[in-house]
Amino acid sequence: MRLVILDDYDEASHWAAKYVRNRILEFNPGPDKYFTLGLPTGGTPEGMYRKLIEFHKEGGLSFQYVKTFNMDEYVGLPRDHPESYHSFMWNKFFKHIDILPENAHILDGNAEDLDKECERYEEEIKQAGGVELFIGGIGPDGHIAFNEPGSSLVSRTRIKSLAHDTIIANARFFDGDISKVPTSALTVGVGTVMDAREVMIIITGAHKAFALYKAVEEGVSHMWTVSAFQQHPKAIFICDEDATLELRVKTVKYFKGLMEVHDKLVQSSHEQSAKRQKLK
Amino acid sequence: MPSRASNSPITQFQNCRILYKHKIIREDLWVRDGKILNPESLFFVEKGYADYKLDCNNCIISPGFIDAQINGAFGVDFSSDPDSLAEGLQRVSKKLLAHGVTSYCPTIITSSPETYRQILPQIRRTNGSHNGAGILGIHVEGPFISKDKPGAHPVDLIHDCSQPSGFQQFLEVYHSLDNVAILTLAPESCQSSDVVTRLTREGIVVSLGHSVANLPQAEDAVRNGASFITHLFNAMLPFHHRDPGIVGLLTSDQIPPGQTVFYGMIADGIHTNPAALRIAYRAHPKGIVLVTDAIAATGLPSGIHQLGSVTVQVDDDRAYVAGTQTLSGSIATMDSCVRHFKQATGCSTVQALEAASLHPAQLLKIDHIKGTLDYGTEADLVFLDDDLNVKRTYIGGKMVWESASIPTEQLTSRPYL
Repeated sequence: MRLVILDDYDEASHWAAKYVRNRILEFNPGPDKYFTLGLPTGGTPEGMYRKLIEFHKEGGLSFQYVKTFNMDEYVGLPRDHPESYHSFMWNKFFKHIDILPENAHILDGNAEDLDKECERYEEEIKQAGGVELFIGGIGPDGHIAFNEPGSSLVSRTRIKSLAHDTIIANARFFDGDISKVPTSALTVGVGTVMDAREVMIIITGAHKAFALYKAVEEGVSHMWTVSAFQQHPKAIFICDEDATLELRVKTVKYFKGLMEVHDKLVQSSHEQSAKRQKLK
Repeated sequence: MPSRASNSPITQFQNCRILYKHKIIREDLWVRDGKILNPESLFFVEKGYADYKLDCNNCIISPGFIDAQINGAFGVDFSSDPDSLAEGLQRVSKKLLAHGVTSYCPTIITSSPETYRQILPQIRRTNGSHNGAGILGIHVEGPFISKDKPGAHPVDLIHDCSQPSGFQQFLEVYHSLDNVAILTLAPESCQSSDVVTRLTREGIVVSLGHSVANLPQAEDAVRNGASFITHLFNAMLPFHHRDPGIVGLLTSDQIPPGQTVFYGMIADGIHTNPAALRIAYRAHPKGIVLVTDAIAATGLPSGIHQLGSVTVQVDDDRAYVAGTQTLSGSIATMDSCVRHFKQATGCSTVQALEAASLHPAQLLKIDHIKGTLDYGTEADLVFLDDDLNVKRTYIGGKMVWESASIPTEQLTSRPYL
């Protein structure tokens, strides 16, 4: 596991966006070779999306040959409701980039047969050749997607009832009225994310510090579903200083000492070639 | 393509700011089949995308302007020449496009029953096109108005209803109300409560004007369905604090809940003093409807013009009865009124544009199809620069006028495929 510690939210977002950009560019996607990306919603990834949009507008990054799979969607919330994850993805990301509609996949929380919809989604991911890079955020209770505490760590895409604290936390998006918050959601399983060839988790803010500690320094537990990625062969956690507050000094120092190595991962090709020139 | 609802081409206007839900936001505007398209449902449901992308040079896109009161322009007077009316309407419709007007109500002033019989059937509701702005119905101003407030109307043709016979008399005079959208009357004339109720039921907007009505009379008319005031301040009793008259409707507490009284405003800087304009606007900002009340001399170059029986001298933005200092009517254009209104009141760009688009559409109860850029409404658009000069006009998603001063942009073909 890599743990990348940046100064603040903006730095973390920028770093994450550069990482995603480089992964796509290195993959060199084309008509016969799509890059498949798993995507989260919520406040944490917004900054990363903004940066990715910038990269796209500057001309250095295209999503024409990128397929995306979103992690989750509320059940029963109209697709065009401003708080639906469809609306989020459209407004915060898709409408600003050149992704093709047929390549952007989001679970349909209004499907007639929800179980079938989940099966279909797993099948679609498989058809796409699996996910190259799954990006996620976490809740303060360490949940990844809507895999609330107690979720099976080998779970697949399915319908989940939301934990009471998730509903309370989300009430702010529904006029502060708990009764308006959807109580269930469709979500990819922990196992679905584990299958991705690489997993990137963004964790920012002091309120997520305990979850980061549980994810990194404690054992694998279904009560902190994000901890499952300790067993992923290629997982990268990107956090800000605030999120490290519950970590041991030793842990933080170790990973900060690796920053020079980590930063090479996000250099632009221009920076890389400049460095190579210097070495010569 | 998976499930596109229509094969018609989709245009995406990019690099623009649009007036959407009372805000100017940086957002693309999508159009298909002449209507504004919801791009999010296009993306997620139809899985479709734009066939054409158009760079709009960072302009502001407003809903097309709607002029609810215009007597003529460009040498044409709708009320005076029934024989060449069809030609005249075409000429005006076409030339209004340069001023951002995408639909309007040709206005007929007080005339004889014979003239109504000749003129009214000729002015049919028409959709706009590259041939010109659409016609939303006629605004008949008079003849059931007050002889004490005739303005420029011929006094001898005014019906003061000394022998009132109500709605029947209206039908006898106009012959047919089929093409009428707005009817200006003086509420104190005739048996107005019956008439106002009947007209409102027929779907005609009843407007109060050319009147000496006091406030209670005006409020009665509003309770019966009247919803407009014709060129506020002009041709009505001046505001008096013990009887504010029709002007008092702006702050009346007798307006039935859910009903809005709109008022026409000639914001040309000449017919309404800017201070009076500000008083009205600040008292009742949601009711203002910019109208030009323009006459035939509008759009004519400075100099002497023979318009029907009248000789008019045009001096820049004013038209006088030749050889006198008497104003012969407004020669304002809608876009200049929008600019003047904004400058005089210090209102926002949104408020200025809505006074010429959303509010007249609400007045005419067509705001579900015109006057906004809401999804599903008709793509009648005005492209404006930051000083609100008209750069382009679109009707039903098609460009119908373009200012010569901007370079023609290229339509880019679809980016993928």
